[in-house]
Amino acid sequence: MTKRDWLERQYRKSPERPVRFSTVSDMPVEPLYTADDEPADAAARVGLPGEYPYTRGVYPNMYRGRLWTMRQFAGFGTAADTNARFHFLLGQGQTGLSTAFDMPTLMGYDADHPRARGEVGREGVAVSTLDDARELFAGIDLAAVTTSMTVNCTASVLLAMYLAVADENGVPWERLGGTIQNDMLKEFIAQKEWICPPEASMRIVIDMIEFCARRLPRWHPVSISGYHIREAGSTAVQELAFTLADGLAYVQACVDRGLPVDSFAPRLSFFFNLHNDFLEEVAKLRAARRLWATYMRERFGATDPRSLMLRTHAQTAGASLTAQQPLNNVVRVTVQALAGVLGGVQSLHTNSLDETLALPSEQAAMVALRTQQILAEESGVANVVDPLGGSWAVEALTDRMEREARAYIDRVDELGGMIRAIEVGYPQKEIAEAAWVYQRQIDRGEKTVVGVNRYQVPEERPPELLRVPLEVETRQADRVRRVKRERNATAAREALARVRDAARSGENLMPPLVAAVKARCTLGEISDLYREIFGQYRDPAWL
Amino acid sequence: MRPLRILVAKPGLDGHDRGAKIIARALRDAGFEVIYTGLHQTPEMIAEAAVQEDVDAVGLSVLSGAHLTLFPAVLKELRGRGGGDIPVFGGGIIPDEDRAALRAAGVAELFGPGTATQDIVDWVHGTLRPRA
Repeated sequence: MTKRDWLERQYRKSPERPVRFSTVSDMPVEPLYTADDEPADAAARVGLPGEYPYTRGVYPNMYRGRLWTMRQFAGFGTAADTNARFHFLLGQGQTGLSTAFDMPTLMGYDADHPRARGEVGREGVAVSTLDDARELFAGIDLAAVTTSMTVNCTASVLLAMYLAVADENGVPWERLGGTIQNDMLKEFIAQKEWICPPEASMRIVIDMIEFCARRLPRWHPVSISGYHIREAGSTAVQELAFTLADGLAYVQACVDRGLPVDSFAPRLSFFFNLHNDFLEEVAKLRAARRLWATYMRERFGATDPRSLMLRTHAQTAGASLTAQQPLNNVVRVTVQALAGVLGGVQSLHTNSLDETLALPSEQAAMVALRTQQILAEESGVANVVDPLGGSWAVEALTDRMEREARAYIDRVDELGGMIRAIEVGYPQKEIAEAAWVYQRQIDRGEKTVVGVNRYQVPEERPPELLRVPLEVETRQADRVRRVKRERNATAAREALARVRDAARSGENLMPPLVAAVKARCTLGEISDLYREIFGQYRDPAWL
Repeated sequence: MRPLRILVAKPGLDGHDRGAKIIARALRDAGFEVIYTGLHQTPEMIAEAAVQEDVDAVGLSVLSGAHLTLFPAVLKELRGRGGGDIPVFGGGIIPDEDRAALRAAGVAELFGPGTATQDIVDWVHGTLRPRA
């Protein structure tokens, strides 16, 4: 019996629950998938793990060779506070560091700036000077860990500080492993932390990719991120499409600068969101790998297999967690993390159950890490490579995600590429619309959020929350002022002048930046210089 | 009676504008006149806009943990510009114990994560009146 016959003769006779059968992104799903859903070229499209087009994973042995990196994002208060959390997490078996910076650091203001008031150390760690960066990584062997830094418009400054700390510790740059997010396109699209307009921001990103390709062979100079696009309310398809379109824009810009594609593409990495809809998320990750491999080969003529492989970090969806009945979040995170593992990610952050209320407490952070360890070492899912491959449902959804993402990427191409698309607000408006539609579905009860619009209970006392004391701000501001007072003022001024010259001439910014942070120029001073030379971007405030 | 005019504002340095935009849209759909400031506004900029635009209320969205600084700063800047009677309400990631402090400081109402947009619309209908 064919699928069509079965649907007409058998399935139609059996009643369905009166709900809309669609993913969390509202993509309708069929009641059943069979071999009839497979396209003629299914074998080539799916392939084998470690083989083009990498649908089934980038490595032949996947987690049988090496488990994913468990990389919990952490940062709050002062550099010393966060350094203590790093040591705690490493002591608990975490295998990589991931740094969250506070808003002033992310937006290019020192802790003593009036715009930093109330924000110092709140959403992450405050780093204004090399002194702070040195304290942040104290007692950690930078040659032995890999470090991820979630920072974008000030990424060039933070990377310079990391290199300066490595120099002080005698660690050669070529041994430094890690990732700096540095994905400015998705800032304009979704996360919205910026200093200068898109073209200038792009120039700084490409400077960093070029510099890292030459000097930091183990470093990922950009982490092309869908995470924030999804958090801003996009659908899974939009997340996939805009992320890949951002990636294609970076590759094009590097090629336009004259870099051979295989000289930098192997070091590009990705970062996806893991939302509640299990099959949709698995399909998204598989489609992402296949699309990237295909675009890199067909559009850019990449030949190095590493240029074709989409390697990705993933994080469970912060926006999916609820303030109501927060213990339920542990279950959500488990399902989301499982989708990431069965989707073949290379590293993973699992959110803490208390994140809709405050930054994670130590207890909550530990449960989040344990969730990964249970998946890795108890559940058995790491024993088989791509165990969902060949599932008719998963393959059909993967094909569909690929098709729909291509349509979005085509639209971005028609608009003249991602920078032009951003300037007319195309991805921003698409995402805001999707966020609105989703909110309406929740408000009307068309989509269930357990504990929020169904199964509510009178709220119990919230869990113990981590609180960052207000005096952190005063202490941190004092530290910055002390650095400015104590440093060699002439050397700092001259170092800053060399950054200004490079910004104007188009020379690569990274070497003068390393010298400037060593001369104890501050993050705010360098950001002010960017504002002066490149101009300041402002939110168009589209509704 | 003219429709209520509401300024939806996003103070602070973070870029979490999903909530602010959804609230702005829900209020507009409910028939209110809505002005949205966009991101990265200082308390001074918000108070200035509120007074210039002669709004009936200001809604603040804060998800950066800086609520204890930003809400009182907006209230103070409003008072300094003769807008001390403009009600300020808001939402975001605000722990319970901080809500009490903010209410005591003069914030009219606070809505937490998971609030239905209709609840906010109903509150505006039930509480706010056009300023004379």
